Amino acid sequence: MSKSVLMKGNEVLAEAAIRAGCTHYFGYPITPQNEIPAYMSKEMPKRGGCFLQAESEIAAINMVFGASGAGARVMTSSSSPGLSLKQEGISYLAGAELPCVVVNMMRGGPGLGGIAGSQADYFQATRGGGNGDYRTIVLAPGNVQEIADLTVQAFDLADKYRMVVMILGDGYLGQMSEPVILPEPDVKPVPKPWAVSGAKGREPNKVMSLRLTPDDYLEKHNIHLQELYKKVEGEVTQSEAYMTDDADYLIVSYGTSSRIARKAVKMLRNEGVKVGLFRPVTLWPFPMKELHDLSKKVKKVLTVEMSAGQMLEDVNIAVNGVTEVDFLGKLGGALPEANEIVKIVKSYG
Amino acid sequence: MHEEIIISGFGGQGVLLAGKLLCIAAMREGKHVSHIPSYGAEMRGGTAHCKVIISDEEISSPVIEHPTIVLALNAPSMHKFEPKMVEGGLMLYNSSLIQDKPSRSDIRVECVNANDISEAAGSLKAANMAALGYLLKVKPEIASMDALKEALDEAISARNKKHNPVNIKIMEAGYRS
Amino acid sequence: MSEELIYTRPESLRERKTHYCPGCGHGIVHKLLAEVMDELGIREETIIIAPVGCSVLIYDYINADGIEAAHGRAPAVATGVKRVHPDKIVISYQGDGDLLAIGTGETIHAANRGENISVIFVNNAIYGMTGGQMAPTTMSDQITKTTPYGRNVQDVGYPIRACEMLNTLAAPVYIERTSIHDVKNIRKTKKAIKKALQNQMDGKGYSFVEVLSTCPTNWGVAPVKAAKWVETAMVPYYPLGVFREEKETV
Ligand SMILES: Cc1ncc(C[n+]2csc(CCOP(=O)(O)OP(=O)(O)O)c2C)c(N)n1
Ligand code: SF4
Ligand SMILES: [Mg+2]
Repeated sequence: MSKSVLMKGNEVLAEAAIRAGCTHYFGYPITPQNEIPAYMSKEMPKRGGCFLQAESEIAAINMVFGASGAGARVMTSSSSPGLSLKQEGISYLAGAELPCVVVNMMRGGPGLGGIAGSQADYFQATRGGGNGDYRTIVLAPGNVQEIADLTVQAFDLADKYRMVVMILGDGYLGQMSEPVILPEPDVKPVPKPWAVSGAKGREPNKVMSLRLTPDDYLEKHNIHLQELYKKVEGEVTQSEAYMTDDADYLIVSYGTSSRIARKAVKMLRNEGVKVGLFRPVTLWPFPMKELHDLSKKVKKVLTVEMSAGQMLEDVNIAVNGVTEVDFLGKLGGALPEANEIVKIVKSYG
Repeated sequence: MHEEIIISGFGGQGVLLAGKLLCIAAMREGKHVSHIPSYGAEMRGGTAHCKVIISDEEISSPVIEHPTIVLALNAPSMHKFEPKMVEGGLMLYNSSLIQDKPSRSDIRVECVNANDISEAAGSLKAANMAALGYLLKVKPEIASMDALKEALDEAISARNKKHNPVNIKIMEAGYRS
Repeated sequence: MSEELIYTRPESLRERKTHYCPGCGHGIVHKLLAEVMDELGIREETIIIAPVGCSVLIYDYINADGIEAAHGRAPAVATGVKRVHPDKIVISYQGDGDLLAIGTGETIHAANRGENISVIFVNNAIYGMTGGQMAPTTMSDQITKTTPYGRNVQDVGYPIRACEMLNTLAAPVYIERTSIHDVKNIRKTKKAIKKALQNQMDGKGYSFVEVLSTCPTNWGVAPVKAAKWVETAMVPYYPLGVFREEKETV
């Protein structure tokens, strides 16, 4: 096993992407993810890859469209205001079923907002921010090691399902350094017979999202997409349950806020309160069944997130009324405090 | 052992590097560690700080609400973080630059003439190293001096390694002071 | 004994310490702009459009109405404001990333429409706010956070000369490039800004002033050296002077 190193979340993400076979990166600077393009600009030329600083996020995501359509493993990264600009391209990628990895190290909004980490883009990520009926797979790492592991997975999932996979982190995760064992994935080239590469000895390939003829073509394509998404829902859901076996109360939280919730769980356990943590790792597809089953066994569920209550909607859908759901949300880049969570859970008893 | 440490000072005093060195040293001795820097416009012209946790156990949250140790390299840092400290925590301040004393009586207070030590040992810029040395003297359970010196080797890029011998000298001078 | 007052704060400049680094060109250009606004007596008529960049807080320093645009969109926002208030003075103040990368489209089309606005373009050859990445105006071989091996023009293109590019359009009435690397050029810059605003007051149309500026922090040099670098590295590539004075008749 290789030795663990101390690295920043953003740099780990970039390194893991290169190790996962990402050969092309396009991006535009924005805090708090600037270490990703900086790392790529240093490493890609040395390792045979391509780093290009685009003139905007719109250009970057469309460069991704081109590279993906040409068959490459490709990534772009940004933070919240930049993701808003990328939505057009993401919709086109979804329409043309092009695989790629898109990173959002979220910061507070709306608008220019601030640069502190936030989780206020949950809706944008999980509901699709662009036009049309589409989904992206959304992976939410909770620590730096998981940033590495999920980045590798993201590329595999993208190619396997021909989908956009989003890594949804936040400013704190991107800036944080923790020991990490860098993955050494065995990257096998995925055949992409649909990619454009010059129609030598074959019928021409067309990468497109316009579907006008015959009359039901677009409907058929959408039905196909929905079938694909159903399949993904059945196959890629991931979550972590921590100290939930005998729990009376259940905290649901992801990413950075789940770290604080985890600390609160430990503090409460030390005081004899039976509480556990459920942490969705895939935000879409959301681990509905897993959460539903757990919620049946507890007296109350507390959702903790750094937004006004976005994941809360999925939690409510999952719990589906079998127990009461409470909420603690922090706004504009503020963090929940472990003590605060402890107090709330104690008030249940 | 579980310490939640804030290292803070002017931008340019090397607080982020100090935090990284502590983390690497402790990590190499089997501890769990995490490091979060202040970043972006927050740093322009003003103060910089980092939050470091070093623990025998897995770290649930890397966020520090109430530090057990504050290493303050300038006065604004001391005043900013003193009120947030846990009872019984350690305030280690840079007495080369800070004239005031912490006002709380329920914390342990230590000081180190970090800039003077650094200057005497041959660098105007390594007060952070002197302070780290002193910190490991009063809190040896965080990491050993040997590990700290090795961390320097691991953290500094080849281009800047030429300063390592001076930095090590200053760490040691801080430790002995 | 008579005492001469050497420096007074222009009324158009708020009494407030700026967040700019020592030796940053933005502070100088702000002061020039405020002086000109005083001299023309237009403080209460002015609406300033802030870009996204280090000067995003310009509305905190210039004592006039301000709007903060999304990154690169200032000329479009300025267009909107001007179409509502054609008799007000609308200034779009932008950095090189804002004006020439993400906002190139907005820049060209506002100029091409001949919007009666004044654009002040502070070219410091880098992305200041985000910590020193390559800008469209970064010099060949210049090292930045995203050109760690130096800007390779074969790969990422040549530094863009904004004045020359806009000078291909028919509509603009005034295009000039100035610099702030010494007192003489600072004076010229002030004159250029004044002209750009006067043109707008006279209803002439689109004016564009590019100011070669400094970012000592992200260039990693002391302020004095930064001014020198503008003179020796930037001015030879970005020639100073007037590119356009009257509306072209086509
Ligand atoms: C959509 C979007 N993308 C990226 C950013 C991050 N960002 C802020 S300022 C800036 C560039 C600043 O450079 P410049 O325009 O040259 O201004 P300077 O700071 O150098 O004056 C960038 C990329 C943003 N705010 N919004
Ligand atoms: S970073 Fe550069 S442009 Fe920004 S305030 Fe400092 S010197 Fe000025
Ligand atoms: Mg700039």
